[in-house]
Amino acid sequence: MTTIALKHENTASLAEDPRTLKIRLAKAIRRKRINAFLYVLPLFLFVFVAFALPMMQMARLSVQNGAGGDILHRSQVAMKDWTGSDLPSEEIAAALVADMVEARENRTIGKVATRVNYSLPGSRSVITGTARKAKSLQAPYLEALATANPAWQDPQIWVSIRRAIAPVTPDFYLAALDLERDMDGNVVFVEPERQIYITLFVRTLILSVLITSLCLLLGFPVAYLLASLPAKYANLLMILVLLPFWTALLVRTTAWLALLQSQGVINDIFVFLGLIGNEQRLQLIYNATGTVIAMTHILLPFTILPLYSVMKTISPTYVRAAESLGAAPSVAFFRVYLPQTKPGIAAGCLLVFILSIGFYITPALVGGSDGQLISNFIALHVQRSLNWGLAAALSTILLAAILILYWLFNKLVGIDKLKLG
Amino acid sequence: MALPPYKTALQRAWHYSFRGICGLIFVFLIAPLLIVAPLSFNVEPYFSFTPGMLAFEPEAYSTRWYENIVNLGMVNPDASYAEGWWKDMWENAQWIRAIKNSFFIGIFSALIATALGTLAALGLSKPEMPFRAAITGFLISPMIVPIIVTATGMYFFYATIGIAKTYVGVIVAHATLGVPFVVITVTATLSGFDHNLTRAALSLGATPWTAFHKVIMPLILPGMISGGLFAFVTSFDDVVVMLFLGDLEQRTVPRQMWSGIREQISPTILAVATILVLFSIALLTVAELLRRRSERLQGIAK
Amino acid sequence: MKSRLRGSLLATAIGTLLSTGALAEGELTVVSWGGAYTKSQVEAHHKSFSAETGVTIRSEDYDGNIGVIRSQVESGKVTWDLVDTELAEALLLCDEGLTEVIDHAQLPAAPDGTPATEDFLPGTLHECAVASVIWTNIYAYDRTRFPNDQPTTAEDFFDLEKFPGKRGLRKIAKATLEFALIADGVEPDQVYEVLATKDGQDRAFAKLDTIKDDIIWWETGAQPPQLLADGEVVMSTAWNGRIFNAQVVENKPFEIVWDGQIWDLDLWVIPKGAPNKDLALEFLKYATSTEQLAEQARWISYGPARKSSNPLITTHAESGIQMASHMPTAPENLTRARQTDAAFWADHVVELTERFNTWLAAQ
Repeated sequence: MTTIALKHENTASLAEDPRTLKIRLAKAIRRKRINAFLYVLPLFLFVFVAFALPMMQMARLSVQNGAGGDILHRSQVAMKDWTGSDLPSEEIAAALVADMVEARENRTIGKVATRVNYSLPGSRSVITGTARKAKSLQAPYLEALATANPAWQDPQIWVSIRRAIAPVTPDFYLAALDLERDMDGNVVFVEPERQIYITLFVRTLILSVLITSLCLLLGFPVAYLLASLPAKYANLLMILVLLPFWTALLVRTTAWLALLQSQGVINDIFVFLGLIGNEQRLQLIYNATGTVIAMTHILLPFTILPLYSVMKTISPTYVRAAESLGAAPSVAFFRVYLPQTKPGIAAGCLLVFILSIGFYITPALVGGSDGQLISNFIALHVQRSLNWGLAAALSTILLAAILILYWLFNKLVGIDKLKLG
Repeated sequence: MALPPYKTALQRAWHYSFRGICGLIFVFLIAPLLIVAPLSFNVEPYFSFTPGMLAFEPEAYSTRWYENIVNLGMVNPDASYAEGWWKDMWENAQWIRAIKNSFFIGIFSALIATALGTLAALGLSKPEMPFRAAITGFLISPMIVPIIVTATGMYFFYATIGIAKTYVGVIVAHATLGVPFVVITVTATLSGFDHNLTRAALSLGATPWTAFHKVIMPLILPGMISGGLFAFVTSFDDVVVMLFLGDLEQRTVPRQMWSGIREQISPTILAVATILVLFSIALLTVAELLRRRSERLQGIAK
Repeated sequence: MKSRLRGSLLATAIGTLLSTGALAEGELTVVSWGGAYTKSQVEAHHKSFSAETGVTIRSEDYDGNIGVIRSQVESGKVTWDLVDTELAEALLLCDEGLTEVIDHAQLPAAPDGTPATEDFLPGTLHECAVASVIWTNIYAYDRTRFPNDQPTTAEDFFDLEKFPGKRGLRKIAKATLEFALIADGVEPDQVYEVLATKDGQDRAFAKLDTIKDDIIWWETGAQPPQLLADGEVVMSTAWNGRIFNAQVVENKPFEIVWDGQIWDLDLWVIPKGAPNKDLALEFLKYATSTEQLAEQARWISYGPARKSSNPLITTHAESGIQMASHMPTAPENLTRARQTDAAFWADHVVELTERFNTWLAAQ
């Protein structure tokens, strides 16, 4: 359609002023660009609404306190100018009591209490317990609260409430990095027995690097063999790589459950061969070992396929030339062949690394406790502990890390060079 | 492949040990998939070969776990076929319902992904396409972003617009995950495409639709189908999005397997796994045939 | 708004197409813990209720994760009508306004006319929850693995030298920490006072540390008997009814150790905005009546929450053995036991779960 239109304009404009020609040409090109973009537009909008908007909302959720401010709306207004260095004014206390009465009736006090409890463990019972009595409290409220529960004499709980009902909060990001704000607002590490996320990020990183290296170690020889064999054999052997690739993730994880159990096939074989006694069966599953073995198996095709597609294009003449010029085979391999496989190595490794950083299903099923990755904790906070702000903060950190890697990948390899199967 | 006679003994040794290593890696790749089949016929509820199985005693094997797939959830599995057994199975059996859901969700999300993805790939392959790299990067990002992050974000967002825990929500989410595969494969088929063919068709009087239908379509069809297959498999494979966005009503096969594994790892799961391995062999065959056809066609087009 | 309408229209169309669509009238989704426990409910309640009323009951399993209820209520798409929860969770849900308030006056009276509020055991009726059974976190072992000395106390569970082998433990803080403290010598009636202090928490985790490398964690009730049967563990904490089921129905060589156990309740709750709320209430009233609770006790060894049900307990429906001595409420089983302190857990569940998860993930 565009071709015809352009042709039309070209013939029509031949007789005209060259300046108009230029303008018209520019117009035509712009129209073609718009036309090309119109093809992309439906998908662009679809991905934007179905995918990009959710990501943005998640990023917003990671700095928001949620409904706390609406539930304790009087307190939010009253606390605006309070410095937090000492006990709050009677006015604030009155606002809080009024809010508590209302929240108790609406059954929303539990929500606020849970949120305050994130920053001040143990405060949940103080708030819900006081809320239960709130209706009977009389002015002066500050004293009445202190009688209801001595915890109200400590500014700490007031500060925590103020933080919990502020519209915007850094608390979830701090928590995602094992940090918190102390009473004076300084950022400090949480107590050692509550520190976990840095450990998890580091563990995810280490296991991902380990799995990526294992995939490269196992994938490289296979890709090399496939690339060097005649097509007839290579295609046949390729099936052994593609079949796992096309098989459901959960099927492969199940297979490893069956294989790695202490009464499973692998331990049976070891016992049968006399490598270990029946009583010394190895613990290969429900720990990091299980996670690494199963994930390496699942991700291996993602290394082999890009490596293979690069190796297939490498002409054998260079290595032959090097060898005929006197290079030892190993020298020829490392100095001549290996550098040419770099794009494949980069593509395969980055792909596997990116995928393993976000793996969830396999560690959840075979990882036990020390084989859990950061993604398992994101799921935990979404589904179980319901700390959605923290889940969003952890996800956003992970997302940022992946986007940087993605950008790097694009820079080094080019996303358009990505091939499948 | 015989080795040339001039190779040294050391090189020969390396050659064969290299093949041996590769052989072991192939075993590592494929053995886990093959092991599930015999184990699924175990008469005992264990994940291990019993002595009876190793001795090939017929009574050590059984198809009870396969029957279990069909029976689970049925109101009256003992009814005769005439008494409405089939209807009962079709409507109530949990795994059957999961299979129906898997295909329904998979097919719809693959269709959406293929339609939108192909259109976009046509645009992206035009030389005039502005911001091509950035837009491609954006469209492919659902594949790169960890599934757990995607599912978390979608869960929060879809809940606010009211499509979490619905078929619409799950299908939209799966279509988004399938889009990158379609864009990649169709763009790849188009990269070998000679635009002169369209021009020739148009100059010979074909309408644009005829040109697309008769010239472009046959050439990119293998790419479309294999992209669609990828999208289908992505949906068919998914557990995480289902865990967050799906409900009992939408439960798919992998989601049902997930519950099964967490609740009680009976060999029923292995029986389902065996069926799924057979299914993936079928998918692989289709994909392979398509690839060959695509190679042939590209040869003609060039 | 318009798009949401269209979305829901489409969803309905698709649902009808699949014929697995929106729940028709007279259907009820009842959510419980799966395995032998759900079976006892299906056999005792679901079947007879369906037969009497014509209501189709759809039974779903879950693992006690109340997050699902919260996300259903908050997203406005509630699909569960009735859920079986533990006590602390039932109180949390009620606190957060996620469950319907239940009028106790509507519950059926005992056969002799005693009103339900007096017939139910103390602490089993709550604002938004009605208890059905009493169950216990016990531990069990495979006696074939210990032919000579057999474990008899909570301490033995932590004694790796005398009883080597892997242990199964439930992957939550609740009941696990109490069990560790009791095994460490804390009196059952002191346990929550100790656990409320930082030192007490340190002590519980230190005790768990002594066997940490030998623990296999379980999450659903069907797993402990499975882990024991597969030989993955030599002993495991479990819910007593599940082990009972394995003993008498599946003839497994398992033994229960009644020592240092924490007992708890299973309660029915109705999520706020449940699609078949009225029907759910009807079912709840039916399933917690005197006769029905006694009937359920013929399928699993859990004690009824009503006093009037106890005299009606007879024999196990499948094996015919007398149920009384297998009940967690039998006096001989209560020598060193403690009820879970739901108020304690409602207050501390967040921090202790956080610490528990941190402890789990740490190497």
